[in-house]
Amino acid sequence: MTTTTTTPYRPSAPKRAQVWLANHFAMLSAILVLLYLFLPVAYTFAFSFNDHGKTNIVWQGFTWEHWQDPCGVAGVCGSLVTSLQVGAISTLVATVLGTLMALAMVRYRFRGKAASNVLIFVPMATPEIVMGAALLTIFVQGFSNIGLSLGFTTIVFAHIMFCLSFVVVTVKARIQSLDPRIEEAAQDLYASPMQTFWKVTFPLILPGIAGAAMLAFSLSFDDFIITNFVSGNESTFPKFVYVASRRGIPAEANVIGFSMFVLAVLLVVGAQLVSSVRASKIKE
Amino acid sequence: MSALAHVAGGDPDFDPSGPVPAPTKRSWTAYLLLLPGALWLGVFFVLPLVQLAAVSLQSRYPGFPGYYYRDVNFENYASALTDYAPHFARSFLYAGLATLLAFVVAYPLAYAMAFKAGKWRNLMMICVVAPFFTSFILRTFAWSQILADEGWVAGTLNFLHLLPGGNIINTPLAVVAGLTYNFLPFMVLPIYASLERADPRVIEAGGDLYANGFTTFRTVTLPMSMPGVLAGTLLTFIPAAGDFVNMELLGPQRGKMVGNVINDQFLAVPGGYPVAASLSFTLMAAILVMVFLYVRRFGTEELV
Repeated sequence: MTTTTTTPYRPSAPKRAQVWLANHFAMLSAILVLLYLFLPVAYTFAFSFNDHGKTNIVWQGFTWEHWQDPCGVAGVCGSLVTSLQVGAISTLVATVLGTLMALAMVRYRFRGKAASNVLIFVPMATPEIVMGAALLTIFVQGFSNIGLSLGFTTIVFAHIMFCLSFVVVTVKARIQSLDPRIEEAAQDLYASPMQTFWKVTFPLILPGIAGAAMLAFSLSFDDFIITNFVSGNESTFPKFVYVASRRGIPAEANVIGFSMFVLAVLLVVGAQLVSSVRASKIKE
Repeated sequence: MSALAHVAGGDPDFDPSGPVPAPTKRSWTAYLLLLPGALWLGVFFVLPLVQLAAVSLQSRYPGFPGYYYRDVNFENYASALTDYAPHFARSFLYAGLATLLAFVVAYPLAYAMAFKAGKWRNLMMICVVAPFFTSFILRTFAWSQILADEGWVAGTLNFLHLLPGGNIINTPLAVVAGLTYNFLPFMVLPIYASLERADPRVIEAGGDLYANGFTTFRTVTLPMSMPGVLAGTLLTFIPAAGDFVNMELLGPQRGKMVGNVINDQFLAVPGGYPVAASLSFTLMAAILVMVFLYVRRFGTEELV
């Protein structure tokens, strides 16, 4: 018997490269797509340092100026504050109303359920421009007679409306995923319906409600088309940027847009860290 | 659209295969829970649409341009369809192309997030959603800089002689690119949600049974993600068909989309309400019909 050391089969270099590519194709293209998603954000960031003259389109030189005084341009910080206020109020109201609707839709049988489903679905399938146009006609031709003129209030009313459906579907998905036996167990242990809801159901659906609120806030904060129709002279941050884009967006808007982006990322990453720490504590 | 909702919830404990409680309770409580939200949708969604419908049927005062009276007159619809047919065609064409492109770009990302990302999954999810917080108008404006004639994209393509017209900005190509970009997350998230529910072992089984990569994708992976693809295409196509911002910031001066016409007629043309209202209704009806046919063709029973 001959004792030869057999080397394990090793494919040629091109073959190995091909296998490696096949294994990592999805991940590589995913990274390319993410870079594509971030490209305009990077541009926004870079041009926040542009020492621009009248228009902030071509690179003209580096400056810290816009970061030192982001509110230096008239209207930019006022519109940001309006957007944050509109976002906060609409999110709060839409989340409460939407959660109640989601509970009714999942937990009860009632006459008119199919119609309610349509009422919740159709706003999501309606283009924003149609909703904006419809709201404008009723605000101008109907509700102005009862003293409601275009402005902050009408923006909030409209935002609550278009956030509502998204809250309902988000919370609904969470409620549907709950095990009904947990609630039955609470009732078996003589908890009243109210106690069951607040001590058992509500804590379990809270993550869904939080997600819905986040979605509602981001929809409201970034909305332009509907806001443009119903805002009158009031300006939100997206409206400020759009109006400014005709003569040139000031770099201060880039500072604020990019800061909101960083803030949102930090908040979400922070929330993820907190929840993973809590999850690991529970496991111990 | 529960697929989207699930992702928006963004919570790792969600178990879609878990038990769904049968709605057994039957009481007036349901109406009490439903009432505030339904009332809100009634007053700020249904009622405005009724008013819009009434406006779309108004007639002109002869001799007083820009003045209308209450009527049931379908003339505005006739003129909306004849005068603005090209605008509708462009809207649906650009939105359709953008939806197709977004699907092609979004699928690998959603696939990688669901099956390849491992511990990076949450971070990738944040990366998909985060650009939302830089206002979409700022990002669209950034695209107008990126695609500008002096920019590196047009420069490279021109150097390679791949750009017959010589420029990208202010062309329909730029509009489709902008629409694709802006609604991409709405495509990624639902596809990811339905792939995440899929069992990766089923896809491996396809490979074990000697199906090649493409066959496995076509016969196993894609059908499993169909609910997400459906929700994603709707959530991309509908806002894209009604959009006017991408056309305004990236598109040509002539050859606008229907969204631009509606916006201008309402906000810039005195007495433009009736025509704009009939355009809005035609757009909404066309989209609802398309959604209905599309869902019937590819649909799952539960959309919401």
